[in-house]
Amino acid sequence: MTSEISAEQAARKRALDILATAPAKALAERWHAFGDKPDHQRLRGPETGLVMVRGRAGGGGAPFNLGEATVSRASVRIVTGEVGHGYCLGRDLDQAEAIAVIDALRQRDAGRVDAEIIAPLETLIVESDVTRKNETAATRVDFFTMVRGDN
Amino acid sequence: MLSHDFGAGFADPVRDAQAAFRAILDALANPGMAQKLLTSGERSTALQGELVSILLTLSDHDTPIWLSPALDTVAVRGFVGFHTGAPVVADPEKANFAFVARGDDLPDLASCNLGTQEYPDRSTTIVIELLSLTGGAELVLRGPGIADTTTVAPQGLPQDFVAQWQDNRELFPRGIDLLLVAGGEVIGLPRSTRIVEA
Repeated sequence: MTSEISAEQAARKRALDILATAPAKALAERWHAFGDKPDHQRLRGPETGLVMVRGRAGGGGAPFNLGEATVSRASVRIVTGEVGHGYCLGRDLDQAEAIAVIDALRQRDAGRVDAEIIAPLETLIVESDVTRKNETAATRVDFFTMVRGDN
Repeated sequence: MLSHDFGAGFADPVRDAQAAFRAILDALANPGMAQKLLTSGERSTALQGELVSILLTLSDHDTPIWLSPALDTVAVRGFVGFHTGAPVVADPEKANFAFVARGDDLPDLASCNLGTQEYPDRSTTIVIELLSLTGGAELVLRGPGIADTTTVAPQGLPQDFVAQWQDNRELFPRGIDLLLVAGGEVIGLPRSTRIVEA
């Protein structure tokens, strides 16, 4: 299914992706350092639930249910009226709520949120990906066939 | 606007839903006796107060609900979908719960799902918001959960309500159950209750 999303939506999706992927500790530090947090009202949650994770395997790429994952979510409204939603893996309700508030805040002041929270977290994620890839690459073994026994 | 604002649910979802559930249970166990019902705070949509409490307490994605015309708006549908995931149906016969706003007509009781002889519990429960639970025409009730007789006087029931209720009572064990709400209180009228004097 392809659906057209606006640039604004794409940017928001990217921000939420980063917030959900970021390590909880790094996110908490960034959020703690962020000054002038708005008051917010909880609309739904924070609550935990299960989502089915689907995978694809085999030559045909047929989908199968890999298993259920625990997910926390929250929806909040900040004082200025923007509504934000936060989802993250695990049972950390505070993290889900923080993500929701950041999402709401981002709708009002995208520049500041992107600069102070999203961009540093993205750098962190990219760096840890590179480190992991390098560590993995260091122990890589290539298998190849030198000679096949002919008869 | 990027995000739709569907409004807030219960402030304390678990405890508030439990308190409301207890009130509904007590209302159906003691027909005709008004029970205090917690009214949910926010009034951003047509659906408010007592109806919201009952909706949030009883419905989920497995309970199709029917909304009276005044409630069947985009805002209310959004609220229902966001907080409960309950499907909204156009035909009261397919609904587990029917919600009727103040001033809207009660759907004809016979047009709702009356349950089957094997599964009488699958009938529709109608929640109707009235003008007031007192000060209307007096109805004398008798039946399980009532020591002798009890009198209620809700305002805003349809003219032919007594006859409709009589027909509903005849179907026992099938039939619909009714919850009357107004002013932060709920009165239960289960199918087992008879109106002996109107």
